[in-house]
Amino acid sequence: MYNTNYQRVSSTDEATAAMDAAEDGKYVSGGQTLIPTMKQRLAAPSDLIDLRHIDAMKGITVDGNQVTIGAATSHAEVANSAELCEVCPSICNLASHIGDPHVRNMGTIGGSVANNDPAADYPAAMMALNAQIMTNKRTIDTDDFFTGMFETALEEDEIITAVTFPAPAKAAYAKFPNPASRYAMAGVFVAKLKNGMARVGVTGAGSDGVFRHEAMEEALKSDWSVDAIAGAQVDEGDMLSDIHGDGAYRANLVKVMAKRAVEASQ
Amino acid sequence: MSEGIGARVLRKEDKRFITGKGKYTDDVRNEHQCYAAFVRSPHAHAKVKGINKSAAEAMEGVSAVLDGHQLTGDGIGNIICGWMIHSKDGTPMKMGAWSALATDTVRYVGDAVAVVVADTPENAKTAAEAVEVDYEELHAVVSAVDALGDSAPQIHPEAEGNLIYDWEIGEKDATEEAIAGAAYVCEMEITNNRLAPNPMEPRSAVATFDESEDHYTLYTTSQNPHVARLVLSAFYQVAPEHKLRVIAPDVGGGFGAKIYIYPEEIVCLWASMKTRKSVKWTSDRTEAFLTDAHGRDHVSTAKMGFDANNKIVGFQIDTIANLGAYMSLFSSSVPTYLYATLLSGQYNIENIHCNVRTVYTNTTPVDAYRGAGRPEACYLIERVMETAARELGVDPAQLRRQNFIEEFPHQTPVIMAYDAGDFSTNQDAAMQATDYAGFEARRSEAAARGKLRGIGMSCYIEACGIAPSAAVGSLGAGVGLWESAEVRVNPVGTVEILTGSHAHGQGHETTFSQLIADRFGLPTDNVQVVHGDTDKVQFGMGTYGSRSGAVGMSAIVKALDKVEAKAKKIAAHMLEADEGDIVIEDGEVKVAGTDKKLGWHEICLGAYTAHNLPEGMEPGLKEGAFYDPANFTFPAGTYICEVEIDPDTGTTEIVQFAASDDFGTIINPMIVEGQVHGGIAQGVGQALLEQAVYDDSGQLITGSYMDYAMPRADDLPSYKVSHESTICPNNPLGIKGCGEAGAIGSPPAVINAITNAIGNNDLSMPATPAKVWAAIQAAEMKQAAE
Amino acid sequence: MASVSLTVNGQAVSGEVEDRTLLVQFIRENLRLTGTHVGCDTSQCGACVVHVDGKAVKSCTMLAAQADGTAVTTIEGLANSDLHPMQTAFKENHGLQCGFCTPGMIMSAVDMVNRLGSDLDEKTVRSELEGNICRCTGYHNIVKAIQDGASKM
Repeated sequence: MYNTNYQRVSSTDEATAAMDAAEDGKYVSGGQTLIPTMKQRLAAPSDLIDLRHIDAMKGITVDGNQVTIGAATSHAEVANSAELCEVCPSICNLASHIGDPHVRNMGTIGGSVANNDPAADYPAAMMALNAQIMTNKRTIDTDDFFTGMFETALEEDEIITAVTFPAPAKAAYAKFPNPASRYAMAGVFVAKLKNGMARVGVTGAGSDGVFRHEAMEEALKSDWSVDAIAGAQVDEGDMLSDIHGDGAYRANLVKVMAKRAVEASQ
Repeated sequence: MSEGIGARVLRKEDKRFITGKGKYTDDVRNEHQCYAAFVRSPHAHAKVKGINKSAAEAMEGVSAVLDGHQLTGDGIGNIICGWMIHSKDGTPMKMGAWSALATDTVRYVGDAVAVVVADTPENAKTAAEAVEVDYEELHAVVSAVDALGDSAPQIHPEAEGNLIYDWEIGEKDATEEAIAGAAYVCEMEITNNRLAPNPMEPRSAVATFDESEDHYTLYTTSQNPHVARLVLSAFYQVAPEHKLRVIAPDVGGGFGAKIYIYPEEIVCLWASMKTRKSVKWTSDRTEAFLTDAHGRDHVSTAKMGFDANNKIVGFQIDTIANLGAYMSLFSSSVPTYLYATLLSGQYNIENIHCNVRTVYTNTTPVDAYRGAGRPEACYLIERVMETAARELGVDPAQLRRQNFIEEFPHQTPVIMAYDAGDFSTNQDAAMQATDYAGFEARRSEAAARGKLRGIGMSCYIEACGIAPSAAVGSLGAGVGLWESAEVRVNPVGTVEILTGSHAHGQGHETTFSQLIADRFGLPTDNVQVVHGDTDKVQFGMGTYGSRSGAVGMSAIVKALDKVEAKAKKIAAHMLEADEGDIVIEDGEVKVAGTDKKLGWHEICLGAYTAHNLPEGMEPGLKEGAFYDPANFTFPAGTYICEVEIDPDTGTTEIVQFAASDDFGTIINPMIVEGQVHGGIAQGVGQALLEQAVYDDSGQLITGSYMDYAMPRADDLPSYKVSHESTICPNNPLGIKGCGEAGAIGSPPAVINAITNAIGNNDLSMPATPAKVWAAIQAAEMKQAAE
Repeated sequence: MASVSLTVNGQAVSGEVEDRTLLVQFIRENLRLTGTHVGCDTSQCGACVVHVDGKAVKSCTMLAAQADGTAVTTIEGLANSDLHPMQTAFKENHGLQCGFCTPGMIMSAVDMVNRLGSDLDEKTVRSELEGNICRCTGYHNIVKAIQDGASKM
């Protein structure tokens, strides 16, 4: 790892001030992606600004039908929140399968969403749940937020403070893990929203990162059933292809995981 | 409770490991410790046109930046392969030069061209990045088959067309004739996938030069510290043998990868002399993937002929083996004497012929990895047997059984003379353990749940306890493969065993102590096993090829024989009895048929006080022995794997796995079972998950655990392991060896099970979900077309 | 440079370290507690698992500076005296061979019991071990050891 200057901040204002002062700063939350990247010398931020101790960014609130999860909330906290599980068990289930137990104790939802790794789990959920990404500057609709692999609408010093979404009527996440990394080779989050919409977020498989499968959404809107998406097409040309599986295989996985998610939805 | 042979004694070594007190090489830190970082080639094949070190030399904390010209200029010798193989035309193998730091050409990604020594690991790495190497890229080739092609780049000037040797074993004409006359011939193309060994402890070296004594000390992650010292001295001229101490302390797994003497160890020693500082290097996992010797990587065609009664009449194999960019220490022996000599399997086959071509490629050197050659042989035979049974429409278990060798000793047509075995008993045991007969009902039940269920068998035999020195010498080995032991009985009666074997997870401290418990009735706690330090232990050959039981313990037994004989002489003198009447048991020395006895410790003290020894006897009670085995040993057994496959995703779940092994005498069943478990896991890993993959330019795609799939707990089942043993007649304890069997026997059982489940035999390892799914699709399309 | 002060195995420790220093480096090199190991670069093998404020984390994926103010337990500090029941269970069930992954396995196992209770079935144990790789044992005896150790905690 190249040397860096670690700073712990306790407010977003302090964080942005540190970022503005830094030559090439980076925010770190759980660090479960950034620190390995720095260890491999593939990232070399001059300053590392630790957001994990900003109290305002922690915790889960359920206000009627609206769920808000602070960006610095760990995967383990999301997985184990009884209050959250009451209204949206699918997101708890998703969180309980991110990485491994040790990673879940450190990694945070804000970090995962901001990083937008094409094989990360949360972005699929954010898309399907029609979440809004709240930052220190504004609120961004999920459809405008994820702009491609590792790309988001975040500005240089912008910080995700929370994500918020209405609890769905029904939802579930099904993931097929890569045999080596255990990241998603295909992860599909399906959500039947209380406004009648159906949304399907797909991670791991697409060659341009997380995406919504609109044909499946259309089919599920009128008929929330496995049969409704039995004939859905996934274009293998839009899929990633690597030593773990070609586009045809990943396209198949997307279909299979979508069906399994619908089947498991509650 | 007895702690002797056959007892499940808990391991003595565990306490330090479970409390975090194990001492591994990376735990060693000398005063003013410096750290090495290697400048490695990012190209698979390139000319080195120049190295500019000045920027790196000026960086913070840097003591030295050293290159290959300096290394060779100081007379450090090239890295050698220690086993000479001759091609069938009589010419010796074509070994290309391998300098620990490349001078003019780099031949694989990771090939070291320079080293930086600095005050911290991070400063060394940063400076290594600042070393400017001017490369002229050359074409690279990664597959062995391609390397033999006309358009392949020439990798070493010494090996024309990249061919190292073209070797054969067995009778070609007779085998071809037998197959030509066969009623049925099973013909297959079989690839054995390249693996990265991945002991969890990365390799490490700490080298210190003591100028006042002209003496070097090397802590290193080695399975054979004496061999390392010998090779470092005699061939690499790093230091004379008596001025070099090699210590392999606790070593975190080896699996073959830590047999060899690597460039990093040579360079750290040399750099410690150049800089007059203690130089430490610890591999990270990516470096391990790039530089630890890989395993397997064979491509073969096999033809097995059967007569009208389904008896095998001939077996012919043509193999191309990839040895990577350089010939590693034992690389030449793996696809020859450790592979082709086992191609008779458990079967009575009159005619066998195997041709092996080994080639250079622009990949990491390939050498012995757990099983080494024997997994490749077993996979070939057992895939062919299963396939033949399916094509002949007979029960695979029955086809095997009717071809089993039943009389011993049995001379195969490929050198090996099997000394003992009972193959059908092992087969019965495994079939019973898995309820083989009830499989069809389980298949139907699974089908009702939408799952494809399959069963696969593998009947393996391997050769270990390597090996009679004269025999391996005649086959080209540069060393003898005996083992040494010294048994030191202390004046108070406690015992130290100094062994040339090296433990890196095998539990020698416990099993070797059990020999003392068995012989003298002393508690194992009264025994200390000393190993892994050339200053403490007499020359020994180390641990690999499942040899520490059959060879290492045999040496201890021979030394114990001498200790016992002397102790009895002393006792007879002290007790005024006949030597032949002396019995040593339960820690006491007794005169048979009388109540006369002395405590064991009294005899030992007597040996050292020397107040009352037999006339002319030297004081002391310490004996050494060198044991040279009379033959290889032949562990064998049957493995059965049962799988369920999710046809939607191609995921394989192993629903049961049973092993029935014949290991001869078992010293500690708990430890032996553990060896089998671990071996099976590595075999299942090869079958389902693992492969070292290069792209066409020679970049290793699977350079970390992000892409190289290591078996995890939820990939594996609990195993049903049992033993049905025949005694090995060729060593004093009757031991055959158990370290590699699991990795040898399991891959074909898994693949036979999967291909059985999916109804498509065209499947290569690793059978990843993607490949299995594609094979299911192909089978369905074929069925639809028919 | 960063000043870090934390409690390790019940003892207050502090040090001046480069900001880039990983927690595992601090533990191994500054405190010379070498039971915590490094087996990979990608946060997967779990040989480095320690408890930070009672929760299992990979100490190779956390800066020492991030751990400032926390209480860390390493394998050396797991037991108050003699052996922790999970350590004993690993020995009694032959849950280790070369010993390199063992400290991380035991720390993960204790955390598993802390989170999920002492009645752990085989499937749960296997799935919870996703972040710990062993190359020697084939996991069979590790799973048995954890179930046994759990029942005795």
